[in-house]
Amino acid sequence: MKTTTNERSVLDKIWIYAVWTFVAFFVLNLVGVVGAVAVNSFATRWLGTWMPNGYTFHWYLDAWREFQLGKILKVTFEVVGAVVLISGLLGVPAAYALSRREFPGKRAVMLLFLLPLLVPPMTIGIPLATVLYRFGVGGTIWGVILANLVPSLPFVILITMPFIDQIDQRVEQAAKVFGANTLKLFTHVLVPLLTPGILAALLLVLVRTIAMFELTFLTSGPTSQTLVVALYYAVDAAGVRAGQSVDAMAMIYMITTLVWLLIALRFVNPTQIVGRQPASAGSDA
Amino acid sequence: MTDAALPRPAVVSLRQRLARRGIDATTLLVLPAVLTILALFVYPFIEGLVLSFLPRKGGTWANYAKFFSDPFLWQTIPTTLAISVPATFANILLSIPVALRVRKMRRQRFLTTILVIPITLGTVLVAEGLLNYLGPQGWLNRMLLGIGLVDHPVRLVHNYWGVFWSLVIAGFPFTFLLTLSYVSGIDPNLEKAAATLGAGPRARFRTILLPLMASGLTITFCLSFVQAFAVFPSAVLVGAPAGSTRVISIAAFQAAYETYDDSMASAIAMIMAAIQLAIVVLVLMGRGFLYRGPAAGGKG
Repeated sequence: MKTTTNERSVLDKIWIYAVWTFVAFFVLNLVGVVGAVAVNSFATRWLGTWMPNGYTFHWYLDAWREFQLGKILKVTFEVVGAVVLISGLLGVPAAYALSRREFPGKRAVMLLFLLPLLVPPMTIGIPLATVLYRFGVGGTIWGVILANLVPSLPFVILITMPFIDQIDQRVEQAAKVFGANTLKLFTHVLVPLLTPGILAALLLVLVRTIAMFELTFLTSGPTSQTLVVALYYAVDAAGVRAGQSVDAMAMIYMITTLVWLLIALRFVNPTQIVGRQPASAGSDA
Repeated sequence: MTDAALPRPAVVSLRQRLARRGIDATTLLVLPAVLTILALFVYPFIEGLVLSFLPRKGGTWANYAKFFSDPFLWQTIPTTLAISVPATFANILLSIPVALRVRKMRRQRFLTTILVIPITLGTVLVAEGLLNYLGPQGWLNRMLLGIGLVDHPVRLVHNYWGVFWSLVIAGFPFTFLLTLSYVSGIDPNLEKAAATLGAGPRARFRTILLPLMASGLTITFCLSFVQAFAVFPSAVLVGAPAGSTRVISIAAFQAAYETYDDSMASAIAMIMAAIQLAIVVLVLMGRGFLYRGPAAGGKG
């Protein structure tokens, strides 16, 4: 009896070590993947050695000029700003209605908002791009903004709903008793109370839109490329430009995304990035 | 009985009747969002389906007939499945033990933050990183050469494995975070009770954790499979887009942007959607077959 429990605990220990070794191995490779880009972007020449021969900053200047990054960053932030604004303006009222009212067809509406998050962007992107090109917005910045609303708007609704559920209905009733109309209710009562929830949802949309490749790729034209699409073209045309220059651009993309991610993570739990409420919903969000 | 005695207004206004069913000014706030999704998601999908039956030449089914008779096209289906199914299984099977271990940690935040980075950066950046890291001059090959495991650099990118690793690097964190959110919702007292009754770790996993995780794992599987099946940027950048990693997304993209055949591209997109739907339905049915019990044991 004694020996079997001992054997089991030894096996358990080996198992625990195996799990942690895998985690460490994964993180190490992840650091390798990201680190290789970072190191190469500063390298003068890097062939056949562990680390480059020398370091320089000039690839960043090259990338900025060659890839017209100023213009691309401007487009990126115009797209992201518009997507965040529109999905917030449409999504928060919708989340409020869904959270407060029971009406016929509510389940169908919920399904309608879930589907765009489940269908991969590549599957919907091709028919969507066809339609956008037919209406003449394909290839323009508006086409890119409209395409990015498809996952963003439902995302705002699903993230905001639990926050609205937590607001005591009596607060709203009190406001109505004192004569507030729906607009006043929103601007004076709900939005202030919902600030953490709305901020979380919009920051997540912001990060996701910067990194949204497929939909932007399929609907953008030469003047409406965002940073991630420009990076794809640069990597795809490897050999045309120096690898370090491509990596410098990758770093600029990475920094742009990670700055917003770090800001977002002050307000949300990492599990919310995959579209889920954390297990302890609300208490730490 | 009392109903008849109560004085009732002769005419109930439409507004009141609707309000009684839950439709009033507040409910209408949902409309702008519904219309947007109908216009940008449902309409293009229907339009795509219709367009796929209006081929450039030939009858109604010409696009589909062409897809399933041309090996260059239909073979993208087995190619895509050969990448996406193993990658999804690998991600799920790795996520379960790690999530079960991590849920007992008090400071999970640091690890979850590190793991959310590859999801946020996306597959394009991961692909560029893999090209550097796994390339013939990359750190991994240097390491393998250094410890004498191989005597010349191994080809790790521009083939099947490049795409596979990119799906693991970006996909494992995704499945892990989802699985973690499910296992964190399982009441730890259930396990403690089982342990008190003498169940070992394996018995506890099989009889308590696994059944409670089943619904969450099914959803996680469906979500990550569907994403892996639609793999595009990494199949082009770190794969062999003309050969072993010519996935169905590449075929759809080429039809739309290289031969400008919108009808064919729509047909391929519809085939993609149909396969994704079929696998999801299959998995959900399989789950019902394997386990019948309270569906919502854990949170989620």
